[in-house]
Amino acid sequence: MAVGLEHYLAVAAILFTIGVFGIFLNRKNVIVILMSIELMLLAVNINLVAFSARLGDLMGQVLALLVLTVAAAEAAIGLAILVIYYRNRGTIAVDEINKLKG
Amino acid sequence: MIATVFFYMFAVFLLGSALLVITVRNPVHAVLFLILAFFNAAGLFLIAGAEFLAMNLIIVYVGAVMVLFLFIVMTLDVDFAELRAGMAEYLPVGLFVGLVLVVELIMVFSAWALAPEAMKLRMAPMPKDVTNTEALGRVIYTDYVLYFQLAGVILLVAMIGAIVLSLHHRKDVRRQNIADQVSRRRNEQVALVDVEPGQGLES
Repeated sequence: MAVGLEHYLAVAAILFTIGVFGIFLNRKNVIVILMSIELMLLAVNINLVAFSARLGDLMGQVLALLVLTVAAAEAAIGLAILVIYYRNRGTIAVDEINKLKG
Repeated sequence: MIATVFFYMFAVFLLGSALLVITVRNPVHAVLFLILAFFNAAGLFLIAGAEFLAMNLIIVYVGAVMVLFLFIVMTLDVDFAELRAGMAEYLPVGLFVGLVLVVELIMVFSAWALAPEAMKLRMAPMPKDVTNTEALGRVIYTDYVLYFQLAGVILLVAMIGAIVLSLHHRKDVRRQNIADQVSRRRNEQVALVDVEPGQGLES
């Protein structure tokens, strides 16, 4: 591993914080919230890969692959919900979403 | 040395484009910056030696997920300026939570050290003289095949869920029903009527 583990952890920590910050900042815009979740999952992936490289253990990369899958599935489902919500209501403002009680 | 330079370049571009994703005004630009962020994260993965995941990140994220995002953002006709209205009032609490989170994470990482027995507890040690892709393939198709299957099941559920969610039948459109058309019989549909001369036909 050419670069120290701490550097990766610092980048991932800042990236995760940016993701959380994005959720707070764009509380009405579902699309940006979904993108912020993608950023947070990417930060988790960076952590997993960094530990995998540091320890020489492939398990981290297997888990990163699983996280990648979950992120893709989550994006697909989230965008599908977004599209049908927009079709029914004509808006995607999150603070007006209160019909989704199941 | 060169790896360190590239690491900092990728890290700076990654964090900068991530910051732009959440602050930029136009959501299409946000998606494009997210694509840039994923490319730079793939660079970081390459430096860490995870080549397969780096390529996977580009193919799966940039090629599939981000194109889906871009498609949705461009399809929905939404007034995004209105959605940004309350941004200023959320800024202080967002900054506060972000600051607390980053300070906590840095405190955790600065006080953190590898356990002495960590090297003995590795679940899948990397084999020598084997490429990353081959090593990963040897692991996920043998010892950890359940994780692989689980990923497949998650994707299947997501696919079915997305199809079920977005499938809708419009009631106001008349559609051709071929089974109905084929199963019509002559005696149900056609009637011979003997019409008396000079009289009309009752319907």
